[in-house]
Amino acid sequence: MRNLGANNQRDAIPIRVVVQRFAFALLAAAAVTLMLMNKSATGPIERFRTVLIDAASPVLEVLSQPAITFSRVMEEARFLVGLHGENARLREENSRLKHWRAAALRLQQEHVGLTSLLNARGDPSSTFISARVIGDSGGPFVRTVLLNAGSRDGVAKGQAAINGDGLVGRVAEVGRRSSRILLLTDLNSRVPAILEPSRDRGVLEGDNSNALRLSYLPTGVQMNPGDRVVTSGHGGVFPAELPIGVVTSVSDRVAFVQPLVQFHRLDYVRIVKHNLVYPPTREVAEKRTKLSR
Amino acid sequence: MNALAWRRFGIRLRLLTPAALTLSVVFVSVVPVGLSGLPEVTPFFTLMAVYHWSIYRPELLPAPAVFVLGLVQDGLSGGPLGLFALILIIVYGLVSMQRRTFLGKTFPVEWFGFSLVVVGATVASWLISCVYYVTLVDPWPVALQGGLTLATYPCIVWIFSRVARTALRTAQ
Repeated sequence: MRNLGANNQRDAIPIRVVVQRFAFALLAAAAVTLMLMNKSATGPIERFRTVLIDAASPVLEVLSQPAITFSRVMEEARFLVGLHGENARLREENSRLKHWRAAALRLQQEHVGLTSLLNARGDPSSTFISARVIGDSGGPFVRTVLLNAGSRDGVAKGQAAINGDGLVGRVAEVGRRSSRILLLTDLNSRVPAILEPSRDRGVLEGDNSNALRLSYLPTGVQMNPGDRVVTSGHGGVFPAELPIGVVTSVSDRVAFVQPLVQFHRLDYVRIVKHNLVYPPTREVAEKRTKLSR
Repeated sequence: MNALAWRRFGIRLRLLTPAALTLSVVFVSVVPVGLSGLPEVTPFFTLMAVYHWSIYRPELLPAPAVFVLGLVQDGLSGGPLGLFALILIIVYGLVSMQRRTFLGKTFPVEWFGFSLVVVGATVASWLISCVYYVTLVDPWPVALQGGLTLATYPCIVWIFSRVARTALRTAQ
């Protein structure tokens, strides 16, 4: 009896190992299945992701606070070191900007005059939602950030995210209280854009590096390093004329673009709620005023 | 009786240390650092945790837990769901089967073993992502992450073992 028990015990180890290996194989197969599902049917996977980022967002909010404070202190220290040079640079920039301000005011007056003369329809109005960055991807294959604003704050999939410098990316996933922004530099990012001087259209593509590619430009396009690239507004998802970057080099029908946004320093972003309702033309506005009287 | 129940509960809680530490590094890896000059990728902390615990305490970090932690990492990082889960489960499977090779050996041996794991995981994840995105994904960020992971391993694992020693000593 005792012998039998001992044999069983000896036999039990390989069985356990077999079960263990089977479990590994099963879990590996589950992971591969999930990846395939991720590629084809995004519905349930996306729900899982949004539930997960919603659940994790309170923890990430707490964890990101000291990280942001630390990086601010470091930036502040760096700033203090270069204070003298920075001051001189800002003085010079300020005097240049004063000229620009005068020019902008003159152009604005002219613009208002011409718009009313032509009775032109203005751009659709936009409102903004400010949100804090509470997480980034950290991994080598994606360029995304997590925000502490979600559907309850009015964030919706596809909206543009901007900061003071320019376009940051677009909303890719929306939870109730958190959302994910696909940055311009991500491999999957495609944004319809315009080369500002020639008004030629193209598609701005990311490739996980810090530079962007402006492709699908028309043949014979005129472009030079230093040209500005802005959103075209085609498709109606993004507002037009949001600044994106500056052309650094050009080759055959492709321009390499340096984004204006410094992605490693993102702390707050604004989500653009692009209302596809145009402001009324002068005629319509006048009719409405008459009716309301 | 009540005191005994609490004691048992406390012990059970302490036995969760490896899983809890691994979950915390999953969160830490997505916290934005926001410093210019630092690389955009963070070290693959979860890989370090899974390698470490699969050698020393595989019973406290079972395979399903590794799978779930991998999924959480995938979900938070925004990459293809299942990629890190697959890499981690393969590493866990291979290392826990070979754990006797590393048990009781010096730290350089463990570190050398980890370097092989890092190379394997880096190449495998890069290949999978190339197939997944149907394009040649830039290998530089993943190579950089591999290097950072290998370089920071001693420091992170030292923290793991200190915390675990304190927490698990009482549990045993």
